Amino acid sequence: MKIYYSSVLALFSAVIFLTSCGNNNGKSSGGALNSSNAEKVYVAPGEQDEFYAFMSGGYSGNLTVYGLPSGRMFKEIPVFSQFPTSGYGYSEETKPMLETSHGFIPWDDSHHPDISQTNGELDGRWIFINGNNTPRIARISLTTFETVEIIEVPNSAGNHSSSFITENTEYVVAGTRFSVPIPQRDMPIKDYKGNFKGALSFISVDPESGHMDIKFQLMMPGFDYDLSHPGRDKSHGWFFFTTYNTEEANSLLEVNASQNDKDFIAAVNWKKIEEYVNNGGGTKMPANYAHNLYDEDTHMGTTTMKKEVLTVDPLKVPGAVFFLPTPKSPHGCDVDPTGEYIIGNGKLSADLTVHSFTKMIDAIENKKFDGEAYGIPILKFEDVLAGTVKSGGLGPLHTEFDGKGNAYTTFFISSEVVKWKLGSWEVIDRKPTFYSVGHLMIPGGNSRKPFGKYVVALNKITKDRYLPTGPEMEHSAQLYDISGEKMELIYDFPTHGEPHYAAGIPASILAPKSQKIYRLDENKHPYAVLSPDQARVERKGNEVHIYMSTIRSHFTPDNIEGVKVGDKVYFHITNHEQDFDVPHGFAMIGQNSSELLVMPGQTKTSIWEPKQVGVWPFYCTDFCSALHQEMQGYVRVSPASSNIELSWSLGED
Amino acid sequence: MKKAGILMILGSLLLLALFKFPLWNIILGAPQYPEPLGMDIYLDGIKGVNEFDIQNIDGLNHYIGMKTIPKPADMWEFNVFPTVIGIMVALGVLVGLLGFFGKVSYWWFIGWFGLMSVLGIMGMYDFNAWMTDYGTNLDPHAIMKLSNPDGTPMSYKPPLFGHEKMLNFDVDSYPHIGAYFMFVGMMITALAFFIGKKEWNKRPQKNVEKILEV
Ligand SMILES: [Cu+2]
Repeated sequence: MKIYYSSVLALFSAVIFLTSCGNNNGKSSGGALNSSNAEKVYVAPGEQDEFYAFMSGGYSGNLTVYGLPSGRMFKEIPVFSQFPTSGYGYSEETKPMLETSHGFIPWDDSHHPDISQTNGELDGRWIFINGNNTPRIARISLTTFETVEIIEVPNSAGNHSSSFITENTEYVVAGTRFSVPIPQRDMPIKDYKGNFKGALSFISVDPESGHMDIKFQLMMPGFDYDLSHPGRDKSHGWFFFTTYNTEEANSLLEVNASQNDKDFIAAVNWKKIEEYVNNGGGTKMPANYAHNLYDEDTHMGTTTMKKEVLTVDPLKVPGAVFFLPTPKSPHGCDVDPTGEYIIGNGKLSADLTVHSFTKMIDAIENKKFDGEAYGIPILKFEDVLAGTVKSGGLGPLHTEFDGKGNAYTTFFISSEVVKWKLGSWEVIDRKPTFYSVGHLMIPGGNSRKPFGKYVVALNKITKDRYLPTGPEMEHSAQLYDISGEKMELIYDFPTHGEPHYAAGIPASILAPKSQKIYRLDENKHPYAVLSPDQARVERKGNEVHIYMSTIRSHFTPDNIEGVKVGDKVYFHITNHEQDFDVPHGFAMIGQNSSELLVMPGQTKTSIWEPKQVGVWPFYCTDFCSALHQEMQGYVRVSPASSNIELSWSLGED
Repeated sequence: MKKAGILMILGSLLLLALFKFPLWNIILGAPQYPEPLGMDIYLDGIKGVNEFDIQNIDGLNHYIGMKTIPKPADMWEFNVFPTVIGIMVALGVLVGLLGFFGKVSYWWFIGWFGLMSVLGIMGMYDFNAWMTDYGTNLDPHAIMKLSNPDGTPMSYKPPLFGHEKMLNFDVDSYPHIGAYFMFVGMMITALAFFIGKKEWNKRPQKNVEKILEV
């Protein structure tokens, strides 16, 4: 009888289980659907992801690298922030990367990564990203996945409509969100209107080296230039910027900058301005901004202060700049793969406004103007409008494209992604996000050739999506399969910092050219030791330079004497490994700095200023080998008055 | 012996491949080496399959006290072997030419084959002796001194032929392209012997007497 009862019980509980299964709301759907979603995101152990996703770190100031569809994080690339993990911004070689006209800045707010393109398609040479707070643009190599260049943008503030690149990477564009007095001067804030300016900077990118240089700054009226995107294909040569605060309010903007029914999308014919500048146009003005360049042969960054910038008054180049009226404080400004449609995402409305490039050109040619703003012609809204997407959502922010004629728009307030059709403007599908989505990303979704398989929604609010970790949590991202007619939510994962925008690229483009080591025989660092017998210690006044090499599992030298209190000790460490993924670390007790993580073939330098007499150990911080624990050494520190000679050794008694 | 002479020349010339391709190849794979390390053994020295393999193998071997992989100047073999092969090729071509014109008999072909086989076996013996020394003659101050279950010191001699598990490494040692060329070449010279024998017996009697008189 006992057996009978227990099997009834089992049957009963199975029924309860089945009913509760059907009761789920959005968080997890049961049954066969779920298991096929699991298969879609499952990247088996040892297998690799199909796409790289580069997500901005927001207030982390960095850039994180993820795999799609797995959502696994591979690396955090330090860009604008000091990174004790590797010593970026702490080592002597990388400190110059964070220099600005305001001095050394250990942090920024990174927003919009964009991958270099050729003919409007991702080429995977570099990725650019903007520092929003102290305006800067960084270039990151996609062979080393390291920051190799940072240029400061003068006359700018709140570098937000950045860093978007033209379709042959001719320019990386950086627009100001906050207009400011140009040049900066002491003046009453209330005199903003009519006196502040908004600088849109066109930074040229050398096609070979990638080196950046500000070609010109377009001095626009004092609006807030929020986001931008390049024209592509048929609209190549133009750049589009959304604006808000065309009211030019300087206080309580949430009310005062929301009064105009329509703000503008500024359409800039940069080819025309480039020609003007190449023919000697523009005005040089004094400026002061840092250009920081990292040399991969010397493993060293250098700062050059630039003293001049070329400015262009838009009124001096007729036919170069127009305003397209766009309702309700547009935020995102997105251009479809054909270059025909310019989408203004009016963040205070329900609808999306789509402008037509063809109609815009026609309106310009036929002078269908509707007045002007500060001398810049305003095109008639009806004459440039291609259509309106009646979305039914609220708070549209950003749009990406799948290359199959569909667009995907995020809605912050109604917390959803809406799929709609270009041309017919009909809504095809909508799926909730968790919660309050900002940007979204389709690999290549902002190029002529999107890879429309997945869309990632980057949310601003996490709340209950993951196990709670106190008041502060990472942000959440959702992955949708967009290969079918309807979108399907297939995965949910936390992201580091606050990813604003992201850029994705097929792994097949990047993975084969990812560098494994730095070649020791190409190391041109002035303090490198290329063979252990060159390891030595030299004194220059109170500076002591230790030329040290590392190989599994020892430092050469590892015993150093003759250092005195008050000395400034430079450890120049060269990693002699030439094997993939064998870094060595370095840390010295009591050092007022971070550790170093030195990649094979690389040289990095760390400073230590010993304050106390004694014998002080240092060690390797990377578990490099079975004898990693033995990878250690000592520096003897004598009183300042001592006359002990410098000496160094390895393996001697 | 026209046909046989040509085969003899062809067979010996195939040995020239040894100057271009490795004779032998040893691959070392381990969990932390998904891309295995490898050595290609040429007549005149040892090279890494990938550029830094030798440096990385030496780096690993120092833990167990093995000597570094010899540079060409460190071993007389890397000077002598190319010379020996060069001489054997020249000799083979000469014998083939003389055979072609009927100046020497087919026995010279098999004679060359025999000499080459003896040299080859001697070469293999020497190679094996070096590997034994390399794998067992260890630094007494080695970082890791490992012993077999019976207490004898562990040997790291790579297999001469085939697969062996050594600590965390799977070691595979097999002949490479150069050796296959040599093998095919030598087979062709052996074939030259048999064909030469047929051709020799079919030739006009007069010539035979003449040569036999010599
Ligand atoms: Cu180490």
